[in-house]
Amino acid sequence: MTSIFREPRIADDAAPATASLPEVAPRRRPLRASLTPSALLNYLLLGVGAVVVLVPLYSIVAVSLQPRGIPAAGLGWPADPQWSNYVEAWNIGTFGVLLTNSVAIALPVVTIAVLFSTLSGYAFATMRFRGKELIFALLLIGLVLPFEGTIVPLYYTLRALGLTNTMWGVALPEIGLYVSFGTFWMRSAFSQAPPSIVEAAQVDGARQWQILWRVLVPISWPSITTIVILFFIWSWNEFLVALVILQDPASRTAPAGLGAFVGEYTSDVPLLAAAAVIVAVPVVLVYILLQGYVIRGLTQGAVKG
Amino acid sequence: MNSRTRTRSQKSAYLYILPALSASLLFVGFPLAQTMWYSLHRWDGLSTPIWVGFDNYIEQVMSPRVQAALLHSIVFIFFFALLPVCIGLISASLLSTKRLRGLGFFRTVLFLPQVIALTVTGMAWRWMYNLNGPINEILASIGLGDLARPWLGDFDWALPAVGFVGTWIVFGFCMILFLSGIARIDPGLYDAAKIDGSGPIQEFFAVTLPGVKPELGVALTITIIGGLRSFDIVYMTTRGGPGTATTVPALEIYQQAFVDGTVGSAASIAVMLVAMIMVAALVLRRIFRTEQ
Repeated sequence: MTSIFREPRIADDAAPATASLPEVAPRRRPLRASLTPSALLNYLLLGVGAVVVLVPLYSIVAVSLQPRGIPAAGLGWPADPQWSNYVEAWNIGTFGVLLTNSVAIALPVVTIAVLFSTLSGYAFATMRFRGKELIFALLLIGLVLPFEGTIVPLYYTLRALGLTNTMWGVALPEIGLYVSFGTFWMRSAFSQAPPSIVEAAQVDGARQWQILWRVLVPISWPSITTIVILFFIWSWNEFLVALVILQDPASRTAPAGLGAFVGEYTSDVPLLAAAAVIVAVPVVLVYILLQGYVIRGLTQGAVKG
Repeated sequence: MNSRTRTRSQKSAYLYILPALSASLLFVGFPLAQTMWYSLHRWDGLSTPIWVGFDNYIEQVMSPRVQAALLHSIVFIFFFALLPVCIGLISASLLSTKRLRGLGFFRTVLFLPQVIALTVTGMAWRWMYNLNGPINEILASIGLGDLARPWLGDFDWALPAVGFVGTWIVFGFCMILFLSGIARIDPGLYDAAKIDGSGPIQEFFAVTLPGVKPELGVALTITIIGGLRSFDIVYMTTRGGPGTATTVPALEIYQQAFVDGTVGSAASIAVMLVAMIMVAALVLRRIFRTEQ
């Protein structure tokens, strides 16, 4: 922690001693003055971090617009951007189908996982019952367990059930995993609700079910929105399950299609880059529009764990 | 009467939990048990499985390929976890959040790698490391053109190159996480440290580091698990090559179960991977547990 964070505070601390002097108010520093050497250091650090993040993202967009067929080169923005690469990638990669499949999986995953999480989070936050701690601990396994640990039998079981190459073959395992985080998240959201509101509803004769839907859910919209967005992003980006369960090209999701694309067009960098951008755009848009929820979910959700 | 209503309230709790718990048991718990069961059999995915006890484990641990994969996952702990956590801690402690204009913009950008599909990130870095790609171009432009190489095809450089992608993915997340931790520290502690004559480094170890203990535990848990389980990035950039230079346990699981058709051995690697992750999570939980 450098001094500038604390400099203003020290000034504030000193303020009471000089409070009687009329010059105190003008001593407040105007905004411009905040560009001290240490503020410059701040911007330098953040700027370097931002550039490091942005260069690979910029470069994949830049290379996606380079002409195909000749070796792509470097960081430069192409003199004659080939927007047609996107049309080609879209058609060759059948991205219309892939994106539709991704949406068709993400929608039920989000709806069902959020509903299940809300119900169980409510029970863990407000009710007493036998085995509560044990069941909660059991659910927590899903917080750290990756699909890598379950994918092998998942494939054989889902195949036996006729669910490979179907949206439910991917959606069900995702729901099963996401409800762990969801339960955890909603439990903590409902625990933060002021007990007086719930008690007032009880006095009014509201049942458990009504308290959840008429009292707790309406005041917990920000938390619910957060897991809606997080589950959407996770489901959209999921690769391993989609790669294994959806082997029929017509059933693939966008990331799984990208994985297959890399195998087929290894050296066609502009085409691959355009395909990657197409896969990324929906999630980046959601993120930019609703970033507050995403950042809160990923940082706070983690810390509460 | 009163006790009966309480009993009823307890019973209904199970109804609320039932959907989530069954989803979790059916699609997480049950397959996990199945993975363990598979790992004790020799099975090609078609014929009748043969019970082999722990033979798969012994074979896999002795296999140079799997040894390489396990070793690489340890190396990835450095790149995916230790390095970004250090970068995040140091930069966050140098930053002052209070009066910084435009912090929102930087936060948005630093968080971007967290939301972009790893497959897309893999594609981006595949190009970055390409022989004609940006990394080599930047090196040439600062007079280090001799260092240029196809990074992902180089036996010595492929592993750190892929590892650095992991650093790129999480360092911004760590910065933001630690920034929010530091913002919560009681400013009085810094004043006290100053009065005690602490320098910036002592201040860091005496105030900042203990203050962000929960965030540190979280960051290490998430990033270490991310490093151990890495699959998407490796699949998209190198597929484990050249040779076995960048293979990881998750890739071996995929390869053995779904390409080679040795399902039992694949399951035994999966069990080892899950064990490593569980041990890491439990140890970190113990170390970083905060008294409440």
